[in-house]
Amino acid sequence: MNGIDLLGMEDLSRADIETFLETATHMQEIGRRDVKKVPTLRGRTIVNLFFESSTRTRTSFEIAGKRLSADVVNFTPSASSLSKSESILDTAKTLDAMDPDAVVIRHGVAGVPKRIADELSAPVINAGDGAHEHPTQALLDLLTVYEEKERIDGLTVTIIGDIAHSRVARSNIQGFLKMGAEVRVAGPPTMIPAQVETLGVKAFGSLREAIDGADVVMALRIQRERLSGAFVPSIREYAATFGLDRAKLRFAKDDAIVMHPGPVNRGVELAHDLADRRPSVVLDQVRNGVALRMAVLYLLAGRHRERAL
Amino acid sequence: MSSDPPVQSSRVRAESRSADAVSEGVPAHVVLDDVAIGRALMRIAHEVVERNDDLASLYLVGVPNGGVPLARRLAANLGEVADLDPLVGILDTTLYRDDLVGEGARPLLRKTEMPSAVDDRVVILVDDVCSTGRTVRAAMDALMDFGRPRAVQVVALVDRGHRELPIKIDYVGKNIPTRHGDLVKLLMEGASGDERLRVVVEQEGSR
Repeated sequence: MNGIDLLGMEDLSRADIETFLETATHMQEIGRRDVKKVPTLRGRTIVNLFFESSTRTRTSFEIAGKRLSADVVNFTPSASSLSKSESILDTAKTLDAMDPDAVVIRHGVAGVPKRIADELSAPVINAGDGAHEHPTQALLDLLTVYEEKERIDGLTVTIIGDIAHSRVARSNIQGFLKMGAEVRVAGPPTMIPAQVETLGVKAFGSLREAIDGADVVMALRIQRERLSGAFVPSIREYAATFGLDRAKLRFAKDDAIVMHPGPVNRGVELAHDLADRRPSVVLDQVRNGVALRMAVLYLLAGRHRERAL
Repeated sequence: MSSDPPVQSSRVRAESRSADAVSEGVPAHVVLDDVAIGRALMRIAHEVVERNDDLASLYLVGVPNGGVPLARRLAANLGEVADLDPLVGILDTTLYRDDLVGEGARPLLRKTEMPSAVDDRVVILVDDVCSTGRTVRAAMDALMDFGRPRAVQVVALVDRGHRELPIKIDYVGKNIPTRHGDLVKLLMEGASGDERLRVVVEQEGSR
């Protein structure tokens, strides 16, 4: 791992990933207790700095921090200050002066968490930056697969959807490859990045071929604004071609699981009856998200950057 | 978790070779071998039965890593001496420690597995080595998150002194006076559930 931040799966070794996953499996036990709170981060302050709105991820980090007894502060900068890069750095410096023990950042532009990390002594956790990375999503997905399959090495994982614009895809591709899985991607040609094979994945234009024999089928959320004609002709066409239903799923392995980072567009990426019933593990992903984020906060919060003076 | 290696009559091996310390590159003095540990835990089982009225409410809780096999053996001994089948839990204290500050990497967590709440139970915490008392303090805090025990008693296989908190051990396997910088460790070998145990002291300066 590079220093004290969690900026992307790109920076993590297989051993780092395994440390996060193993720690998270122990955190799951806390979520099953009556008293869902341990004192390890008592007196620590975690700042949720979300420039892009996200109720689910922010809430997941907030619950994770609170279960570790940290004080969690939600800092939502006003929309007017978003466009100027100076104001982001000013925000970072102001935050640093308040001595947080960890800062969780989501921003619509790739690279902003890294830029802010350079200004902060506290660890920075990337909660999604543009189309770049979303490492805690990839880690919670790995945890969910590990829980279901008891291994990741040697599995076949198919990711379906807008690969080109998805930070979830980018982080998951790196995470699953580092853990020894075979990764395939599928989607309309406009949503598959050029030279995607250089990432180490196999690209398919056909859903059926892509999920043939797969252990894990992961559908990505389609941003509706991208469905208005520029990338695919219509939502109905996308749903018919790349939407998952039980009939298409029979080409995958019999015990294949279906994942989705949420929120699901029911009837688009996943058929209505696949959104939250087996073999879909969408709600397990949400539950594991809290345990995984507890692991990340436990391992990082309170550590400080060594600065060359 | 790793699969257990085939069990090869480790009881016999334990008796014939228990003091034959496996070299780990550090001179370590064996103070309790597997047989001595077995005897201490049998004596402690008798003491537990002698000291408690409501034996049906006993709940043994091992602190990982060393306390876990010890709690399991103590439970088996209680079965032998009083026909009891006490609950056995595992309670990691890492998230309750008082020393997780500073720059360094955080200690890895270990398993917690409490089969039921501790309300109205007589909980016997089992640890391998007690020194400062901070682990017992952390374990008591952790325990309270699982309910309100009727009483808490503590077993330590080794009490090496140097207490920093007002913690009393109810059942001691062996008192071993040590210098502050010495290391006292419970070593485990073999398959989980059938492991061979020994306690070694590594004296400061020999490391």
